[in-house]
Amino acid sequence: MWEYSEKVKDYFFNPKNSGILEDADGVGDVGAISCGDALRLMIKVDEATQTITDAKFQTFGCGSAIASSSALTELIIGKTIEEAMALTNQDIADFLGGLPPEKMHCSVMGQEALHAAIANYRGEVWTDDHEEGALICKCFGIDEAMIERTVRTNGLTSIEEITNYTKAGGGCSTCAEGIEGVLERVNAEMVEAGELVAEKAFRAGVAPLPVKEKKVVAIAPGKPLTNLQKIRLIEETLESIRPSLQRDGGDCELIDVEGNRVMVKLTGACVGCHLSGATIEGVQAKLVEALGMPLLVIPVTAYH
Amino acid sequence: MTTPAPVYLDNNATTRCDPQVVAAMLPFFTEQFGNASSMHAFGAEVGGAINKARKSLQALLGAEFDHEIVYTGGGTEADSTAILSALETQTGRDEIITSAVEHPAILTLVAHLEKTGRAKVHIIPVDAKGRLDMEAYRKALSDKTAIVSIMWANNETGTIFPVEQLAVMAHAVGALFHTDAVQAVGKIPMDLKATEIDMLSLSGHKLHGPKGIGALYVRKGVRLRPLIRGGHQERGRRAGTENAPAIIGLGKAAELAAAHMADENTRVAALRDRLESALLQRIGASFVTGDPEHRLPNTANIAFEYIEGEAILLLMNREGIAASSGSACTSGSLEPSHVLRAMNVPYTAAHGAIRFSFSRENDDTDVDRVIEAMPGIIAKLREMSPFWRERDVHTAAFNPSYA
Repeated sequence: MWEYSEKVKDYFFNPKNSGILEDADGVGDVGAISCGDALRLMIKVDEATQTITDAKFQTFGCGSAIASSSALTELIIGKTIEEAMALTNQDIADFLGGLPPEKMHCSVMGQEALHAAIANYRGEVWTDDHEEGALICKCFGIDEAMIERTVRTNGLTSIEEITNYTKAGGGCSTCAEGIEGVLERVNAEMVEAGELVAEKAFRAGVAPLPVKEKKVVAIAPGKPLTNLQKIRLIEETLESIRPSLQRDGGDCELIDVEGNRVMVKLTGACVGCHLSGATIEGVQAKLVEALGMPLLVIPVTAYH
Repeated sequence: MTTPAPVYLDNNATTRCDPQVVAAMLPFFTEQFGNASSMHAFGAEVGGAINKARKSLQALLGAEFDHEIVYTGGGTEADSTAILSALETQTGRDEIITSAVEHPAILTLVAHLEKTGRAKVHIIPVDAKGRLDMEAYRKALSDKTAIVSIMWANNETGTIFPVEQLAVMAHAVGALFHTDAVQAVGKIPMDLKATEIDMLSLSGHKLHGPKGIGALYVRKGVRLRPLIRGGHQERGRRAGTENAPAIIGLGKAAELAAAHMADENTRVAALRDRLESALLQRIGASFVTGDPEHRLPNTANIAFEYIEGEAILLLMNREGIAASSGSACTSGSLEPSHVLRAMNVPYTAAHGAIRFSFSRENDDTDVDRVIEAMPGIIAKLREMSPFWRERDVHTAAFNPSYA
């Protein structure tokens, strides 16, 4: 059974704005019955203010598809066309208190239906750039199409590179076999098309499995760092890491340094994230590299 | 208002472990905890109980000898053991024949063997009722066939395959015949000694036994290469200390299944039939999938058109009714059930197919509850579906932007 939030359940069991909107100003149809979900969004627009005054939906799909459709109508009623266009599928998911990664495509369908309905209202033809494949990495919700695109654009040839570029496989790493399959197929196609030299192409079984190596720390020659130098270096390194954490809605703050023990505080989305252990390990690896000495990064909850 | 007891109609997924089975198992956790291989009294008592359990299972299967049963960690392990063993023992043969509607325990395995170049695989299609294409099967058989693996009964539709005849045909070209009988064992009578079936997989939790125990029947004289090597347990055919409580539980479950076999095929079948005809009568645009003429007594798979299975299950769950669906959304993949697709059930119906699977623990009240609840659930979802209102003209009116 999926773990749906209470809000998803509520919007599925008691959907708001389900039905047909007579004399709608814009209609957006997306999805297909073969994919198991399809959505028709109907909107009423006030000509003078360009405001969406009413919206209704009809959905063929699972619980989260129906909940996402209903959430979408709630989100757009009262908004101007311009404001509505700024909505993303993440806004729909957030409104519902999150969706399981396998179900994120339901929120994408909502966003697409909105764009289609607005295009229809404006008398334009909406073309979709929709692609969807089997979900490969469940930890980060990365699907086959995303991995394939990234491999092609960047000429990737290893699992590690894919993890670095897309995050796929960076969580529990149980999807390694799935990633290998995609990589092997796409690389072979690239060789065929002359975009990649055959020797570089990934072949399962030939490349060694990614082994997490303990970094050997070369002790920096010369004088050992002074405490002040050490703290400065730690601060600089942390600053360089923070943007990537912030991209995921998290953050990291230096609390204290005692000898080789570095106390940090994870905040935002990092709190309670099941991958925070991996994040701490990553921070530690970066610091060890920068300072050239063994360090222990310790997460602390509050300043003391 | 008190909530009525839940209605469990998902017995092809798993069954409730019978309290008598649990009672039979309990002493073997704390009192008779010995290792069956040990020389002392602790071990001997356990060994004796395992022998008795093996005989009960032998009786249920109609096997000629009790040593034809090899206990495994479940149905999947039994399937893997059978296929991989045949590839080793059938020298000079590297082809596998199976059907398009097998359980993933077979299909995923053979796909992997094909991908890694260890076998050539023939997947035999089925017709609209889920019946095997016998002509394609005949053509695929050759002196290269190492093993044929065709399920006894399908888990989603309950369709029963003519395994006895298929086994005879396999032997005619010198191939081994294996059947995944996980859904059939305990539901329909069988007498393996009268057949040419070489290997058969079963699983304890599908017949009110415990989870984590299964068995592979290996006809006397069929060579077996173990999947798991180590100690001499199961006559060296499956290493690892015997899961004594589970083996004894499976023995009790086999005994109970044999005792209830007549009930399963009369009273339980009648419950299923009553539910099926009432639903078809009350709900339009719905039909039975599979082959109702050759079907397990406990299974009904009904497709409700223009709506999606997960949504149906969520609403049923709210009414306290448990069943399952072949819909894409319940599995996390985007394709609906490979079984229904193999039968060419249209997408409009395959997504809305619901499987009701009974057991001896169901009664008339359960059937009444489902008949009462389903029409409202289906109507509610169809009201929301863009395909329902336009079902007659939906080719023209509802044309989404991508296919």
